[in-house]
Amino acid sequence: MFIGAIGCEPLQLRRVLLDNSASLDVYRGNGGYEALRRVLDGMSPDDVIAEVKKSALRGRGGAGFPTGMKWGFVPKDSPKPKYVVCNADESEPGTFKDRYLMERDPHMLIEGMLIAAYALGARTNYIYTRGEYRYLIEIMDRALEEARAAGLLGEKILGTDFNCEIYTHTGAGAYICGEETALLNSLEGLRGHPRMKPPFPAVAGLYGCPTVVNNVETLTAVPDIIKMGGEAYQKLGTEKSGGTKLWSVSGHVNRPGVYELPMGYDDMEKFITEDCGGVPGGRKLKAVIPGGSSVYIMPAADIEGKDVRMDYEGLVAAGSSVGSGGFIVMDETVDIFESTKNLTEFYKHESCGWCTPCREGTDWLVKVFKRIERGEGRPDDAQLLLDIVDNIEGKSFCPLGDAASWPIQSAIKKFPEDFRRKVANGNGHARGGLPTA
Amino acid sequence: MSQQFLPNNPLPQEAKVPREIAVFSPEVEAEMDRHLAKYPVKRSAILPLMFIVQRERGGYLDPPGVAYLADRLGVRITDIWEVATFYSMINTEPVGRYHLQVCKTLSCKIMGAGKVTEQCTKRLGIKPGQTTEDGMFSLSEVECLGSCGTAPMMQIGFDYYENLTEQKVDEIIVKCRSGELPNGVR
Repeated sequence: MFIGAIGCEPLQLRRVLLDNSASLDVYRGNGGYEALRRVLDGMSPDDVIAEVKKSALRGRGGAGFPTGMKWGFVPKDSPKPKYVVCNADESEPGTFKDRYLMERDPHMLIEGMLIAAYALGARTNYIYTRGEYRYLIEIMDRALEEARAAGLLGEKILGTDFNCEIYTHTGAGAYICGEETALLNSLEGLRGHPRMKPPFPAVAGLYGCPTVVNNVETLTAVPDIIKMGGEAYQKLGTEKSGGTKLWSVSGHVNRPGVYELPMGYDDMEKFITEDCGGVPGGRKLKAVIPGGSSVYIMPAADIEGKDVRMDYEGLVAAGSSVGSGGFIVMDETVDIFESTKNLTEFYKHESCGWCTPCREGTDWLVKVFKRIERGEGRPDDAQLLLDIVDNIEGKSFCPLGDAASWPIQSAIKKFPEDFRRKVANGNGHARGGLPTA
Repeated sequence: MSQQFLPNNPLPQEAKVPREIAVFSPEVEAEMDRHLAKYPVKRSAILPLMFIVQRERGGYLDPPGVAYLADRLGVRITDIWEVATFYSMINTEPVGRYHLQVCKTLSCKIMGAGKVTEQCTKRLGIKPGQTTEDGMFSLSEVECLGSCGTAPMMQIGFDYYENLTEQKVDEIIVKCRSGELPNGVR
């Protein structure tokens, strides 16, 4: 598996290929904890937030919300304790970047969290890691111990008055806990159901206190923003999408892996055919899901010869979005009906059951998919799927319902043939159209 | 006249049914204490403690283990079940010593997850969702484990096995049988 930067100097992936890259010595020997030193030596919390705002850093977990703005929402005058929670519940199908950041450069995450905690006045902070990533929790625990022994964690950090603790926490196998309010419920020891917003976590989050929840990749960008300055970081990317982005590339490419690209990398086609080594076996590209399973699928025709720019604006213009950067490549052997059914089963399994549109809707979607697969498709089944989706999208309690809807909408729109073929092969229309789903 | 409970009244005292409560070694108790010390609220430690109880009680939360958690965290038995049944990694029934969890989500699917599952079924004689009669192996199909660049893959306990082929699956199963591989539970 490839891991490295294309089209820019490696920033987040600067150390990942070094021997013993997870150790404090290697981290410090390669510029580590210099940003924390600079912050503690003379920057106010507001200075730090201002730099992050200038950097145009946007949340890397999937939603793409501007990080500096999120930090700015935390009320300064609140007498309650504040929390920084790192969202390491990486579960979006196709996404595995955070895993390698934590495995190979855990101190970068610790430094990013310390700076965030300083900026927001948080004393106690948590890294919520998905339960399956147990080995990463062990790596993080070792790194935290190292940092504590070196005076980088705990009381009087680097000899200043800054006190800060970071603890690891484990999830236990629930995709929904990647949604920030569900994550907070889970961290409080409850079922991982999302909460009503507002109030947003910045005002009332963990234990009802002001809380910022940021993705691993977001927090690990912070040390470099401080070191090079927000403006310089932004200039690595585009005006509205600052810096670099990690793309987790999987599926039918010769060189899958984690790629760091500058935001605004100019051509998705070149990225697939050259940087990722192209589609194996000389087969043709059929489709790409560029940002994790929850974004619109892109047919090859929307990529080839279209100079699709890889940043938030460029991908929206091309009919999809950056999401989490989980870049799934599918060649001509893939049936889009099958792939969409696969993702729908995922959402049905991961729907938390809290709200009716998502719980019942995803269940019905899977039933219809299975019926079509059994050969009992009916002529209007594509429309039936769209009707069910219409009752989920925008009507569910949290974005999981939307995430389940978009793959189906875009797949039916972009690949009607794959659906038509399945349905046409079926005999459902001969059964009087009884709702046997 | 029977006693009435108005909606706002406190719940009746839990019935005093004698129940068995799990007992753990001082080392395990200390491990739990380390988790509890992380949080201002005891209940926050529910998942880390569940993993420990599960590990110590033969791979799943049995009723004495649940009773222990309720006592330890100062919550009701139902609170423990409520959480336990939500999370797919918390087992409420026994599982095999080696729990083979094959990822079935899209990237793994198009890279051959089906073959991995079939090979497991062929070698073990069980389908996904089943456990071998000797209690040695369980087989499950699970959703994305974040190993898409090294697909297809499976997890045994907490350990990842990636870039799988049918041959690799065979080797892994042989090593499980001979006890060469750890069962990944920790």
